Amino acid sequence: MKIKLVAFGIAKDILTHRQQEFVFEGSSIADLKSNLLERFPAFSDLKKLSFAVDEEYQEDTFLLSEDKEVVIIPPVSGG
Amino acid sequence: MINIQLSDIPLSADECTELVKDPSAGGVVVFVGTVRDQTKGKAVKRLEFEAYAPMAVKEMYKIATTIEKKFGATNVVIHHRTGVLGIKDVAVVIAVSTPHRKAAFEACEYAIDTLKESVPIWKKEIFEDGEIWVAAHP
Repeated sequence: MKIKLVAFGIAKDILTHRQQEFVFEGSSIADLKSNLLERFPAFSDLKKLSFAVDEEYQEDTFLLSEDKEVVIIPPVSGG
Repeated sequence: MINIQLSDIPLSADECTELVKDPSAGGVVVFVGTVRDQTKGKAVKRLEFEAYAPMAVKEMYKIATTIEKKFGATNVVIHHRTGVLGIKDVAVVIAVSTPHRKAAFEACEYAIDTLKESVPIWKKEIFEDGEIWVAAHP
C-alpha cells in the first residue's frame, strides 16, 4: 500500500521529511507501525506512537486506503 | 460560548478573561502557562512550538465541549501559541466561567491536563548546547 505520510515533532526529525510517499506491506495502522519501527528503529525509543487519519486519532486496527494521508503523532507536549 | 485559537501571535490573558465573563457566571478561572527558564537544572534559552493545526484546533474544541457538559461551564476560551517563545512568554491561556467558582477551578485543571495528553502540539526546548523534544522519550 502507498500512503502520504506526514510527520511532526520528533517524528519529522527521525524521517527527515515533513511529508513523503510511503510504501509498505499490509493495510492497517498496525502494519504501518511495524514497518516504520523496522525501517526507523529510533521510533521504538519513543514513549508512545499514535496515528491520525482525517484529523482524528485512529486505532491499530484502522484500515487505510491507497494514497490516504496518515499523520504520525509522537508524544504530544503542548501547554 | 466556546472560543479556540491557535496562532503565532502573543496571547493575552486579559483578552481571554474578558471573553469568558458573563452575567450568569459568578466565577472565572484563568490558567496561564508560561515558559520556564530551566528544566531539571538545565538553562532553557527558548521554546519552539509546532502543531498539526487542524487537528489541534479540533481536539481543543473537544475539550471545551466536554467542559461545557461535564462542569456546566458558561464560556470556555482556549488559546495556544505556536512558533518561537522566550522565557516568561505565554504558551497557553485557558479561561473558564461557571455559575459558581468550584466548577471553574475543576474545569480549568481538567482542560490543561487533557490538553497536555491529547492535543497534537509539540515543544522543543533549546539549550546552550543542544535541543530536545519535550516528553518524547520515557
